[in-house]
Amino acid sequence: MTRSLRPCGDTGLLVELDTLAEVLGLHAALAADPPEGVVDLVPAARTVLLRVRSAADLPGVAQEVRDRRATSPGTREAGGEVTEIAVTYDGEDLDEVAAHTGLDHDEILEAHAGRVWTVAFAGFTPGFGYLAPEDGDPRLHVPRRASSRTRVPAGAVGLAGEFSGVYPRESPGGWQLIGRTDHVLWDLERDPPAVLVPGARVRFRPT
Amino acid sequence: MSAWVEITATGPLCTVQDAAGRPGRADLGIGVSGAADRAALRRANRLVGNDEAAAGLEVTFGGLRFRVTTTTVVALTGAPAPMTVGARPGDPHRPVVVPAGTEVALGTPPSGLRSYVAVRGGIAVDPVLGSRATDTVAGLGPPVLAVGTELPVGPPPSSPVPAVDVAPEAGLVGELVLGVVPGPRHDWFTDAALATFLRAAWTVTEDANRVGFRLEGPELARTAERDGAELPSEGVIRGSVQVPPSGRPTVFLADHPVTGGYPVIGVVLDADTDRAGQLRPGATVRFRRASVSETSRP
Repeated sequence: MTRSLRPCGDTGLLVELDTLAEVLGLHAALAADPPEGVVDLVPAARTVLLRVRSAADLPGVAQEVRDRRATSPGTREAGGEVTEIAVTYDGEDLDEVAAHTGLDHDEILEAHAGRVWTVAFAGFTPGFGYLAPEDGDPRLHVPRRASSRTRVPAGAVGLAGEFSGVYPRESPGGWQLIGRTDHVLWDLERDPPAVLVPGARVRFRPT
Repeated sequence: MSAWVEITATGPLCTVQDAAGRPGRADLGIGVSGAADRAALRRANRLVGNDEAAAGLEVTFGGLRFRVTTTTVVALTGAPAPMTVGARPGDPHRPVVVPAGTEVALGTPPSGLRSYVAVRGGIAVDPVLGSRATDTVAGLGPPVLAVGTELPVGPPPSSPVPAVDVAPEAGLVGELVLGVVPGPRHDWFTDAALATFLRAAWTVTEDANRVGFRLEGPELARTAERDGAELPSEGVIRGSVQVPPSGRPTVFLADHPVTGGYPVIGVVLDADTDRAGQLRPGATVRFRRASVSETSRP
C-alpha cells in the first residue's frame, strides 16, 4: 500500500492511497481514534484529507498517520444495520446505462437492488453519499453524462464511475439517472441530518 | 424586553456569520462556512464586549441599513464602509452607541470588500448544526438578509464594552500578498508554471463570491503527462488554489465545496485567507511561497 502524504497548506494533510478499500480502512481507523488536533476528516475516492486545528498540530498528526501505516490493516469492519431504500426504477438514463453496460433494464435493476452498498464518502452537496457495492461488482460502472442536467429532482437515484448515489435535494447533476425514491435522506431535524454518512449500509428495494 | 435588529436595506449581499462556522462535519458533505474574514468579525465582537464566537453581520460591498429596538452598542470592522448613526457619522473600529429606533447606514467601502457589524449581545438566531452562519451554497443557517428581516439580539454579555478609543486594523489598500504552500498537486504543473504562479500579479475577476474568486493572469500549464488527465475528486480546504483545465486559478473561501475535482497547485496560509476574503473584483494579488516548517513537513 502506498501512503503518500502531501501538504495542504498549514492546516491540512492529504493522504493518498491506491484503492477505495484502503481509503475506507484509513478513514475508519482515524474516525474511531482521531489524532490530537484533527478537526475534519474528508475521505474521497483515493485520498483522505485531514484538517487540523492549527499549524502546530501538523507534525504530530503526520507522524501518527505514518505510524498507523504499520499497524492498520486498511480495511473497514463489515457489518452494521442495513437501511432499506425503496426505488422506482424508471430513470431517464436507463437506456444509456444499458448501452454502456450491455445489461437490459431488468439486469440493471437486479445488479443495483441485488446487493448491499456502503457509503464510501460524502460530498458534492450535504447528504450526498458516494455508495460503493460491498462485493465490488463492477457491472454498473458507467461514465458521467456528457453534459450535466441543470436540475435533478430530490430522490433521483444515479450512477457515475464506480459509485451510485441518491440526490438528497434538488440540484444540478451529471450522474446517469436510473430511478427515484421518496426516502428522506436529508432532514435538519435530525443530527446528523444525513442518512448516507460514511460507513452506512444500504440495500435498494424495487417498488 | 428582548432586543431585535430590523433590516431596512441590504447591499449586494448581507448574511449572518460567526467566526467558527461548522467544523467537524466535512465527512457528511457539510463545509465549515462562517465569516470570510474571521479575524475582522472577532475584532468587532471584542469591541462590543462579546465573546469572539458571537454571530454578527457580514456586509458585502456596503449598503446595509438597520435599526435596533433597544439602545445598544455596535462596532464596524473589515472593509471601512462609511457609517452613519441617525444623522451623525459613526467611526469604524470602535464601539458606537446606537439609540433605540435610530437607523444605522453603511455606505460603499473605499477599499476591501466585506464589512462586519457586531451588536452587543450577538445575533441570536437559532444555530443550525452548531453554528449561526449562513452557508450560501449548502443552504444552512438563516436566510440571506432581506428588507424586513428581524434578527434577535442576545442578552448583553457580562464583560463590559472595552475602554478603547479606536482599534485600527491593517489597511486594505494596494496589492495584497498571500502566503501559499505549494501542493498538494503542484506536481501536475510544469516547474515554469509553478514559478509563474508565484511571480505573477493576478487580477481578481467579477467571478467572486463566498465560495471563492477566479483570477485572471497567465495560463498555468500542466506537465505533458497530466495534460488532459482527470483527478478523482478529493478534499479541499479554505485557501486552496484550484486550477481547472483553462489554467486560470480559483481561490476557495468560506463556502467552498468539501471536495474538488481539479488539481490544487497551492494552499493559502490559513491566517491569510481572512485577507483574501477582502479582495474585490479588480484587485491585484500575488502569492509568496511559504513553507510548513521543516519539522512539520509531512
